Formats: sequence, C-alpha cells, structure tokens
Amino acid sequence: MKDYEVIIGLEVHAELKTNTKMYCNCSTEFGADPNTHCCPICTGMPGVLPVLNKRVVEFATKAGLATNCEISRFSKQDRKNYFYPDLPKAFQTSQYDLPLCIGGHLDINVNGEQKRIGITRIHIEEDAGKLIHDAYTGDTLVDMNRCAVPLIEIVSEPDIRSADEAVAYMQTLKSILEYLDVCDCKMQEGSLRCDVNLSVRPRGQKEFGTRTETKNLNSFKAIHNSIEFEIKRQIEEVENGGKIYQETRRWDDAKGIGYAMRTKEDAHDYRYFPEPDLAPIILSEEYIQNLKDNLPEMPHIKKERYMKDFDLPEYDADILTSSIKTAKFFEEANDICNNPKAVSNWIMGDFTRMLNEKEIEIDESKVTAQNLAELISLIDKGTISSKIAKQVFEDMFETGENAKDIVEKKGLVQMSDEGAIKEIVQKVVDANPQSIADYKAGKDRAIGFLVGQIMKETKGKANPQIVNKLLLEIINK
Amino acid sequence: MDLYSLTLAEVAKKIKAKEVSIKEVLDDIYSRIDTVEPKVEAYITLTKDKAYERAQVLQQKLDNGEDIGPLGGVPIAIKDNISTEGVLTTCASKMLENYTPIYNATVINKLEEAGAIVIGKTNMDEFAMGSSTETSKQKETKNPWDLDRVPGGSSGGSAAAVSAQMAYASLGSDTGGSIRQPASYCSVVGLKPTYGLISRFGLIAFASSLDQIGPFARTVEDAALMLNAIAGHDEKDTTSANLESKDYTKALVNDVKGKVVGIPTDFIREGISPDVKEAYDKAIETLKGLGAEIKEISLEYAKYSLATYYIIATAEASSNLGRYDGIRYGYRAKDFKDLDDLYRKTRTEGFGSEVKRRIMLGTYVLSSGYYDAYYKRAQQVRTLIVNNFRKAFEECDVIMIPTAPKVAFKFGAHDASPLEMYLEDIYTVPVNIAGLPGISIPGGFGENDMPIGIQFIANAFDEMNLLQVAYTFEQNTPYHNEAPTMRGGNN
Repeated sequence: MKDYEVIIGLEVHAELKTNTKMYCNCSTEFGADPNTHCCPICTGMPGVLPVLNKRVVEFATKAGLATNCEISRFSKQDRKNYFYPDLPKAFQTSQYDLPLCIGGHLDINVNGEQKRIGITRIHIEEDAGKLIHDAYTGDTLVDMNRCAVPLIEIVSEPDIRSADEAVAYMQTLKSILEYLDVCDCKMQEGSLRCDVNLSVRPRGQKEFGTRTETKNLNSFKAIHNSIEFEIKRQIEEVENGGKIYQETRRWDDAKGIGYAMRTKEDAHDYRYFPEPDLAPIILSEEYIQNLKDNLPEMPHIKKERYMKDFDLPEYDADILTSSIKTAKFFEEANDICNNPKAVSNWIMGDFTRMLNEKEIEIDESKVTAQNLAELISLIDKGTISSKIAKQVFEDMFETGENAKDIVEKKGLVQMSDEGAIKEIVQKVVDANPQSIADYKAGKDRAIGFLVGQIMKETKGKANPQIVNKLLLEIINK
Repeated sequence: MDLYSLTLAEVAKKIKAKEVSIKEVLDDIYSRIDTVEPKVEAYITLTKDKAYERAQVLQQKLDNGEDIGPLGGVPIAIKDNISTEGVLTTCASKMLENYTPIYNATVINKLEEAGAIVIGKTNMDEFAMGSSTETSKQKETKNPWDLDRVPGGSSGGSAAAVSAQMAYASLGSDTGGSIRQPASYCSVVGLKPTYGLISRFGLIAFASSLDQIGPFARTVEDAALMLNAIAGHDEKDTTSANLESKDYTKALVNDVKGKVVGIPTDFIREGISPDVKEAYDKAIETLKGLGAEIKEISLEYAKYSLATYYIIATAEASSNLGRYDGIRYGYRAKDFKDLDDLYRKTRTEGFGSEVKRRIMLGTYVLSSGYYDAYYKRAQQVRTLIVNNFRKAFEECDVIMIPTAPKVAFKFGAHDASPLEMYLEDIYTVPVNIAGLPGISIPGGFGENDMPIGIQFIANAFDEMNLLQVAYTFEQNTPYHNEAPTMRGGNN
C-alpha cells in the first residue's frame, strides 16, 4: 500500500460579537424568538439599503493583525448572488477579490512540534438566516434573526496534514479570537464554524488530488473524526481504483459517518460584482497603527511571560493561556495571593476536573478568582492543610461560599498548637508499641500508620508537617 | 375657482394666507381626478383617507399659528416604486400587486416634514423598466396631449398627473431618462438631480448606481421648491452626499448673460426628427438672444452611453430583483412541487417580459467568462464618459441637448422591437451614466402638435446653474403656459 499525503485547508467562519448587525441596527444576540431581531433592511424588503457597521471593520482588522496578515488599505464589498430561502436579498454581501486581510499565518503545536500554518485571507461578510425543518408538518421554516450578522471568513493555506493539526489550528485560532474579544467562539451555538477541504495524493506526487469539502463542523471532536473518516474513505477509494468527486459533504457525528449532500452540485456561478450601495473601505495608516498598538497580549506572548515571570513549566503555561478566560482567572487570583504555582496547580487539577464534569467554563462556575486566592492564602498561612483544602474547595464549587466561611462553619481550622499535638502524638505512640518496633526495624510504612492514627484522633485537622516533626522527635528520642 | 390649475407656489401661498382651506384644495384636486382620471389613468392608488386626515392635522396647526412648511397642504403624487408606509406600493408589477411597505421612503418623510400631502401612487413601467409606461401590469396611462399616445416612461403616471393638473407636483425616478423623457412627452418640468443628492432609501431598486428620485412640476420654480424639500444627506443611504444644504429657489434668476451653453455637435446626430431639431435650434437662438454664449463642445464618448447603460443597469437589476422569490412577500405561485419549482413559477408568472429580458441580459453580462468582456468593460467606458463630461464642464456652465429624439409615439409602436424602444433614451442615458443633474423643460411643439422637451445638463451638484438657465429659458418662452387638450382616445 502506497504512502499517502493528506492535504487539508480549513475555512473558518467566526461571528463577530458586535452589538448590532452588519448593515442595520438589529441585535445580534443569540437565542431570541424567531424573527424578532429583524427589520426591513436585514430581511431584504424592497427599497432598503445597507449601511456598514464600523465595528465590523475594526474587529476584522484586529483579527488580521493578530494573525500577521497584511491589512488592505483599500478593499471593497461584493455581491455573491444565489437563491436560497435563508438569503433574503438573493445575494450575500461579501468580499471577493479585494479582501480586508491577506497573507498571514499562525503557529500551532502538535505533539511538542511547532508548525506554521499559512492564512490566505480574511474577509468580512454577512451571515444567512436559519432554516428549521418541522418534522411534524414537513414544512421548512425560515428564521431571519441570523441574517446579516457579521462574519469573518478565515481561509487557511492547504498546509495542514492531519486531523491533529487541524484541531490544533482551530484551537489556536479560537484562542486568538477570544483574546481579541471579537468572537465568543461558541461552536455549539454556531458562532464558530469550520469547513474542511481535504484531498489525498501518493507521497511524492506533485499534483493535488481532487478535494472534497465537508461543511459546518461545529465541535473539535467532529472536526477530528470527520477528517479521519474522510482520509480513510479517500485512500480506500483511490486504492480500489475509484474516483474522488469534487463534492460537498456533511458529517453525522452521532453515527460517525460522512456523506455527500444529495442536492446536485453544479459549480455555482455567483456572478460576483462590486456592491454598488456601499462605498469602498479605505483605511488610514493611523487607523491601522492605532489598532495594532492597542491589541491585547496574545496567547503565545502571554505563555512566554508566564514561563519567565512565574517560573511555570511550558506545559502549565500552555494550558493556562490556551483560553483567555483561564488566563484572566489565573492572573486575577495570582495578583491577590501571589502564588502562581499553587494557582496553576489548582486550576489544572481539581478545578478543571470539576468544570469538565459539570460541562461549564471557568467563568461560569461559582468559584471566583478571589475565592481561589483566599483558599490558597489559608493554606500558605497554615490555617488549613492542603488535604482539608480539597474538601473546602468542593464546597466552594458547589455553593459559591468563600473559603473562610466554610472553614469557620465546619470548624476545619488546622490544629497547629504544638503542645496539643504533642500530647496526641505521645498518646498514639504509647498505644502502638508494635509500630514503633516495626519502624525501628526498617519498615518505613509504619510511620504512615501512626500518622493516620494521629489524624484520626484530630479529625484530620492536625498540621501534617508538625505531626511528622513531633512524631519523629518522639520516636527518635 | 380652478385651484388645480394654479402652480404649487401659488396654491401654497393661498393656503398659508388662509385664502383657501387645505380641505378645499383636496376636494378640488380629487374632483379634478374624478373628471380626468378615467381618460388619463395616471393613478394606481388614491390615498383619500390618509390625505384628509393629514389635511385636518395641518389645518389645525396652521390655525394655531404654526409653520406647516414650504409645501404645507399641497397635494403631491408619488410614483409607485417609492415606499409609502401602509399604502400599496406595486411597481406596476404582478410581483408586488399586494405588497404594502411597513416603512416610508426617506423622501416621503421629508415631503411630509415640508407639509406636503401624498394624494396617490402613480402608474409606471413595471419595475421602472421602460420608456412608455406600456409595460405596466396595472393600467395603461395616456398622454394628456393625445390619448392615443404614450406619456413616456418609466414615470409616465407621475408626468401625466402633473400635466393633466391632477397633482401640483409629483415624484418620479430616473435611471436612464425615466423622469426627463416623460416630462418632455407631457410638456412638464422633469428634474433628475445629481446622483447622491436625494436619498434612495425606500426607492425600490432597479439599478443602484443609476437610480435617482426627482420631481415633476409645471414650472421650474415649483421644481426648485420640491428639490428643497427632498434634497439632503440620509445616513440610511451610504451613497447619499453629505454636503451643505442649499436653497434652490435662489437660482430662480431670469438671467443668462455670460453663461456658457455647451452644444455637443458630435453627439447630436441623425435620428433626431426634424421637428425636434427645429425646436432645438430655436432654443439655441433664444438663449443666444438672452446673452448666453453658445460654445461647441465635444462629448465623443457619449455615444457609448446606451450600450454601457444596458450592461450596467441590467446587471444591477438582475441582482436587485433576485429578492422577488415568493418566499417573504409579494406574489407566490399557487402550485409547485419543490423549491426550484416555486422560484421558477413565481418569477415566470410574477414578472412581465421586459423585466425578464433585462434580468436575463444582466445575468448574462455578469456570468463567469463574460464579466470582463461586458460588465467590467462597461464600467471602464463609464469612467471615460464621466471624464468626458468633466472636461466639457471646464469650458461651459451647462450643456443643452434635446430630451428625446422624437415626440411621443402611439401605443404599440415599438412592440415589434424592444431595441428600438431603448433608443428613445439615447439623450437621457449619458446623464445617468455620468451621475450628473439633468432637467427637461417644455421647449415647443412638433409633429401632431405633440410636446418637445429641451434638456439642460450641469456639472455634479451644480443644480443652481442648471435651474437658473432652465428658469430663464422658461420665463422667456410661452410653452409652459399651454395646457393639454386631451384629444383622441378613441382606441
């Protein structure tokens, strides 16, 4: 069997989180009742005209700057004409040959290796509405709330070579867009969508194979699995002497299969021409420089800073900076308690585990950065042991109460009075002469047993370091 | 008293002076419509209830001593492709025969701010595509000067309404001549302002880079008053110009001494009927006699305007009319088996043949493989035409040419050849291509005693010069004083 190379390019659509739509004042808020965020302009009624929302250009330019693109000083909008019920004007206002951003890149990290993925272009365009199929009546319903919501389309160069790389690219892109605060990147709500263009060719062959396009993947899992499926399918097909058709495909994540769309796919002639109702977009040097100067700290820069300033290992820094929400939380907590290693460990450990179980994001949990910082301070001061802290944290996560209150209520304050502990240690030692003998005979495990007994006596509240110290003192006497 | 035969300026004065009530004016105009409309058929919809309501409100204000605006209480007719909230707006097409907009076009709001009363919506060529109003699916509007002849198009209804004194002024739209040509056929004043001077928000689009709303009136003074009311920047229209506002009545000066009038001899060629040529030559003499300097100028690229126009306008139209798909509003075919069938049947049944012809043309010139040769090239030629005019205006203040190559033709005269119909626009189209202001004013009578229009063109946003020359010509000629006789109509 020949060795095949996989060529993948991704087209990502990201909804820009402006307050109002691209060409009118309707709200872009997700989840409203159907057809309540509409007006004559975004529903394409006779006689209406578009007016471009300036923030769309601002957000798109930021995305271009953050991905190292060249920002076009002169770009324009064009009409892409076709008929479909979710497209009220029968044309989508997009950008054809003079897009806003050209020729950028971003760097991804897959299995420890760094790779650069090129970005061909980023352009602005309006979203279409949603079609909802009523299973009961068989009717198709049109919800135009999403019509004219602003999008950026980010087209990558065909530099991606595997499903893992594709997912890494998406994660990096998502992170950047979140850092810029230009997109809320909620894939399950459709504010970040991905189309995968994929072809295979025998390694060494110069010409590309025929590519297929799988559209509207809305989770990392779907992207990964659909790519693996399509690679397998195409290779099998080619190996068996079959033909790859240039087609549009869909992915059924539940069934784990990809399939070609049944509608006939004539190469669409969109009859692009410059939108006569809108002026060209002309950006000054000052405008671009101003946005550049005010870009927030980007993920990879932040990661390096964490490694340098907080002495965190790359792995930790990577995880903490992968999401702006996590980074914000980390920084806020650390600003208060000044223990980056501890904050990092808590976030990466128990906290993330519990967030995943509940399927919520860090900013959706009841634990605030202040809460976590306080908990860490209590440990650092010796008020509670780290073991007790774990319990306290669970309560904090459930109830949102702060650490101090929980510790007080449950009387979990660590026992640090050496005198009191000494008494109990002596008591336990006296009650367990066999363990002492075992320990002296070389069985180190016996210490653990004794510590356990002491902890039992103190209901877990004794300061473990003090216990160990006093125990050894007494034994070695 | 025949109030309806007064000019807009005159009736506005009377209303303000309380010599006549606004209700009386309305009664009078609707009575005139009752008499004449059965012959002329200019109106698709009359808005009596709304009009009388407004009359009451305005009269109340006036009686309280408030200012009701320069057009206070004056009845105005509106072409049926301009959106009027709550009032049927059909574009004379089956596609929109039951469509009522939920918003007003900006010009309607502006007219109402100036105190005007919308009394009805007028007939037109379907979706503004035509030069005779014959493609209307609503009715056939007659030329008030000869009921067997067309009023011109596409704003035939608006021109005829003013000509037959069924409105003091009206609004039309002009994409390739649709205000100026019917104005010339019906012997009224028709003004197409500079592209961008008037908001297009609410004008049901035909060709976005060419469409412009403008007034019909009986005198240049009335046209200036209308222009004052509707001109100005609209933030809902990105293509509307943001300039300091002007008072166009200040241009009403009876003097052309020292004004240079450009005559493009290389553009005016054979094809003009002798009667039009005679009226045109006479007009040149008239202006000369009034002290204007007549100068020969060159408009060498103007002859490509028609071809350029039929590529650009149809291309934009093919896209603008895509929204008429039977999904959200307007006509929808009754029986269809799937989505494709719904689209096909709706658009086949909803659109007339001229509209279909232009959509097909437009789709073709934008299609892959043809875009460069047609659409792109036409836009490049457009630049040549724009520059041509710009250069000409370095040498003259206004350009004067006939409005139309001949007088109004009989119904059905061009049925056999749509292309011949297109040639009617030969002298109006260049003005749209170049985005300039143009006005047609009564310039005499020709064959069969039918009206002839003289057209003045000025540089972009130079309506002041345009109106001054037009006003002077009008004040020194008798043509605008004649009223149509409504002869004929036995067919």
